[in-house]
Amino acid sequence: MGLADILIKFGLILIIFVISLVMAMYSTYAERKIAAFFQDRIGPNRAGPWGILQPLADGGKMFLKEEIIPTNATPFLFIVGPSLAILTACIGSAVIPWGQKMTIGGHIVDLQVTDINVGVLYIFGVVSLGVYGVMIGGWASNNKYSLLGAIRAASQNISYEISMGLSIIALLMLTGTLSLREIAEQQHSWHWNVLRQPLGFILFIVCAFAETNRTPFDLPECETELVGGYHTEYSSMKLGFYLFAEYINMFISSAVMATLYWGGYNYPGMDWMNGLLGTTWGPLFGVAIFFIKICLFIFFFMWVRWTIPRFRYDQLMDLGWKILIPLAIANIVLTGIGSTLLTHFGF
Amino acid sequence: MESLSNKKKVLEVKPLNFMERAYLPAIIGGLATTMKHFFRKPVTISYPEEKREFSENFRGMHSLKRDEDGKERCTACGLCALSCPAEAITMTAAERQPGEENLYREEKYAAVYEINMLRCIFCGLCEEACPKEAIYLDGDIVPADYLRKDFIYGKDKLVEAPLNQ
Amino acid sequence: MSTFYFIAFLSIFFSILVISAKNPVHSILYLILTFFTFTVHYILMNAQFLAIVNFIVYMGAILVLFLYTLMLINLNKESEPVKPFMVKFAGVFGGGILIIALVASLKSIGISDPVVLKNPDLGLVKNLGKVLFNEFLLPFEVSSILLLSAMVGAVLLATKDPKAA
Repeated sequence: MGLADILIKFGLILIIFVISLVMAMYSTYAERKIAAFFQDRIGPNRAGPWGILQPLADGGKMFLKEEIIPTNATPFLFIVGPSLAILTACIGSAVIPWGQKMTIGGHIVDLQVTDINVGVLYIFGVVSLGVYGVMIGGWASNNKYSLLGAIRAASQNISYEISMGLSIIALLMLTGTLSLREIAEQQHSWHWNVLRQPLGFILFIVCAFAETNRTPFDLPECETELVGGYHTEYSSMKLGFYLFAEYINMFISSAVMATLYWGGYNYPGMDWMNGLLGTTWGPLFGVAIFFIKICLFIFFFMWVRWTIPRFRYDQLMDLGWKILIPLAIANIVLTGIGSTLLTHFGF
Repeated sequence: MESLSNKKKVLEVKPLNFMERAYLPAIIGGLATTMKHFFRKPVTISYPEEKREFSENFRGMHSLKRDEDGKERCTACGLCALSCPAEAITMTAAERQPGEENLYREEKYAAVYEINMLRCIFCGLCEEACPKEAIYLDGDIVPADYLRKDFIYGKDKLVEAPLNQ
Repeated sequence: MSTFYFIAFLSIFFSILVISAKNPVHSILYLILTFFTFTVHYILMNAQFLAIVNFIVYMGAILVLFLYTLMLINLNKESEPVKPFMVKFAGVFGGGILIIALVASLKSIGISDPVVLKNPDLGLVKNLGKVLFNEFLLPFEVSSILLLSAMVGAVLLATKDPKAA
């Protein structure tokens, strides 16, 4: 590994980091704008043309607000909470393959920070770690609403992680690898996994909603019952980090869904396109396709948020344990039977 | 208990059928509804730039009127202040000096005329009480401001612009 | 090698903090850090799968449940029972004997040959799966039955007794 490679890697990490932050920033803007459109309104339109500077204004506001640490809070953990939330949100992007290998000036650049052979599990681990930010923050606030929000977050995340894992297992039975790069390569052109795992995809997307605490599963921050949930006591940029982490999580989970089920950077006719554009611009076009997919998923997240009311807590648990988990297990069994039949009789 | 009006209707809570219990069809229906709204024209009126049309009997900011020769109609009789339920109006009367005949219609006029817009409830009673048809609530919405003292409107803001200009 | 010593030092340091922390929630948080250092150990040994599973199962699930329970039952200094002197003494005595036994046994074994991994990829998913489902199939299945029985037991404990209810 030469110096150039290391520099390229650092550049890639920096770019991905910046992109995920910018995506998260503009997701907040998109969220407000899309919510407005769904409700026949206009949305933020004062900061800059069409309000596109709104995220900057919001960020500036967050930084300049008064920082409050409640007297009875545990100060260190109170700060650790949001830091952990944003940290776990940011490190998830390390294993996502953003595009095919491309060549720039003789160097082969791998558009993935690291291709560990347990990539799917890594994502899974990072997601499961994400709940600590919420739990620690909620507990350290020393407020009953925050604590209730934290406890809800913990039980919700654990419940939905199970069915998420089970729906991934069915997918892994077909791919035979845990590396996200290989999974993406297997879906070359139009062989997207969603065609082979439609039920698994539906289970996964429902669980992704629950893991990112988005409506209809946003019970940890349910305003009507819990004031602000786990971030009731937070102000200033620490609150901003919590909100930001949610949007980064949304971005990452959209990227994961696009990679696992919707072909990642693959699109029909990509070989022809690659031949046309060459080894630099071809993969970049794939990256663009990937980002379009991600944006569609983010839009879907928002679309659902502004359509469906939130679940009641017992309904949430019923859905997780009594519906999703049996369905996921059934999906595994069906996948097993299907793939065995396929290999034995060779349809 | 016997129903008096016989209009009572007992609702039966039916158990959900499979399609309803499956959530997804209902969710897709809801998504379709919101998508319809996505492409609908927004109903918002961006206020300072565009304004909704006022109705004919809208009561906005007061204006002190002039007569056809451009003289101030108000004679500082104080009936408006008396009729005001919110006690928002105060005034100081003064005598017209020789040479000011083109400014004030009567011999007496209001040297100071103040309306506290924070107190005013825009009921229009001053308008009704005025014997000289000197005050009308025919203006715009009173604009927002930062300080309480800036809401006490004097003659500079209330009197109509002179006619000949 | 120095990385190993550093991480090993951290594991021991955090595990001491686990038992010395006054606040139970803090000690759980230290336990999380301890498990994180274990994950790093696994990565140092090139056992990626084990590392990530340790990460998911222990840090991501079991300790979340620990933390969850502790938050619910709200242990603090006031509710902690005061232990009589004899119990404390017995604890110290027992611990001391354990240390002596450990030190003595460590002295007697001498330094063994360092274990050299014949196949550095042993810890990867594919190899681990092959080993688990060929050589160690029986223990693997037996442990799954163990887990199943534990699960059945938990369900039985949690269900209401029809007579008592």
